[in-house]
Amino acid sequence: MSTVKLTVNGKAVSADVEDRTLLVNLLRDHLNLTGTHVGCDTSQCGACVVHIDGRAVKSCTVLVGQADGSNVTTIEGISKGDELHPMQAAFRDNHGLQCGYCTPGMIMSAIDIVNRYGGKLDEDTVRHELEGNICRCTGYHNIVKSVLDAAGRMRVSQAAE
Amino acid sequence: MYATTYHRPSSVDEAAALFTKGSEAKYLAGGHTLIPVMKQRLASPSDVIDLGKIKDLIGLEVSADTVTIKTATTHHDVAASGPVQRAIPALAHLASMIGDPAVRYRGTIGGSIANNDPAADYPAAVLALGATIRTNKRSIAADDFFKGLFSTALADGEIITQVAFPIPAKAGYSKFPHPASRFALTGVFVVKTKSGDVRVAATGASQNGVMRIAAIEAALKANWSPGALDSVTIPDKGLMSDIHGSSDYRANLIKVMAQRAVAAAG
Repeated sequence: MSTVKLTVNGKAVSADVEDRTLLVNLLRDHLNLTGTHVGCDTSQCGACVVHIDGRAVKSCTVLVGQADGSNVTTIEGISKGDELHPMQAAFRDNHGLQCGYCTPGMIMSAIDIVNRYGGKLDEDTVRHELEGNICRCTGYHNIVKSVLDAAGRMRVSQAAE
Repeated sequence: MYATTYHRPSSVDEAAALFTKGSEAKYLAGGHTLIPVMKQRLASPSDVIDLGKIKDLIGLEVSADTVTIKTATTHHDVAASGPVQRAIPALAHLASMIGDPAVRYRGTIGGSIANNDPAADYPAAVLALGATIRTNKRSIAADDFFKGLFSTALADGEIITQVAFPIPAKAGYSKFPHPASRFALTGVFVVKTKSGDVRVAATGASQNGVMRIAAIEAALKANWSPGALDSVTIPDKGLMSDIHGSSDYRANLIKVMAQRAVAAAG
């Protein structure tokens, strides 16, 4: 057992957990943040993607000790109160989900993609960059549309700030 | 996953000391091979020693003739590095093709070559560029480092600290990625050194892991062009044959990927 201390969605968190605990299990089982999903549990599907210190990573393949001291953001931490994050709003407006299982990971990866590429996103780039996120409903068309729409909204909201 | 004890040392010496204390210790860098293997219970280390937060092991330097990448530097940071893109664009390109973006944020060069997966990308660059692997004990030439499937010259407990790549005159990398995993079904790295020597290494093809391809090296030394390989035939002896591709298919891929790599190198 070890005590890990990290910041999750802006709040300081401390937990006594076994060293073999994965970050996704800490989030879901200890912090009740069940928006982060476990899909394949083999670092391929991307349903478990969260941000660690601003980088989109697969939380099923991170030991809690590796995340000790870091700043973690999950799907629960991106909206401002009732106001959806522009990426969430774009997924809703473009029907960027079917069953919704992959959606939290898609959104966390997509925010990272927009952050990295800024205004230079096109459809080919989005499709290539989403290769680590699998949608088994195969609803990629509207997911890509949502990401491109959100990229525009995020540029506007950044320009306004 | 079986129970284990996690350690986060702050120096290489501390990490090496922890290794000798554990009954069956393992080093962890990005963890994107070790953690999945532990989850499958194919590995059950008593102690996991995290090298990923040791400051001396993170970062890269580019001088006039060498690109030096420290062991815990992520694939993302190599791919996104302007100095690496200018010095050895093929190396940055290779790093940008490993796994997917989330994997590239965690996976490291040291972890990749210490693991020596037969379908990993970095071993092809390390061998073709004739890199030098520096450890906490010594320096090892790439030609002496890779020893077959998942096997290297590293002694028990030895830690790779950095990999030094001589900057070549030209280099290119082309791979046929497995459509699901993005591992190399076959990947070929071609190099023309500043002294005019040619070195070519293939990953994903051989049953013994990364290997140099003498027939392609000879043809490219005589004539550095994709067309120079038209008449070269690669024998399928010793190549992998599995559900993803026969040994014949991989033999042909070696040639085609080499031609594309030369075209990319210019």
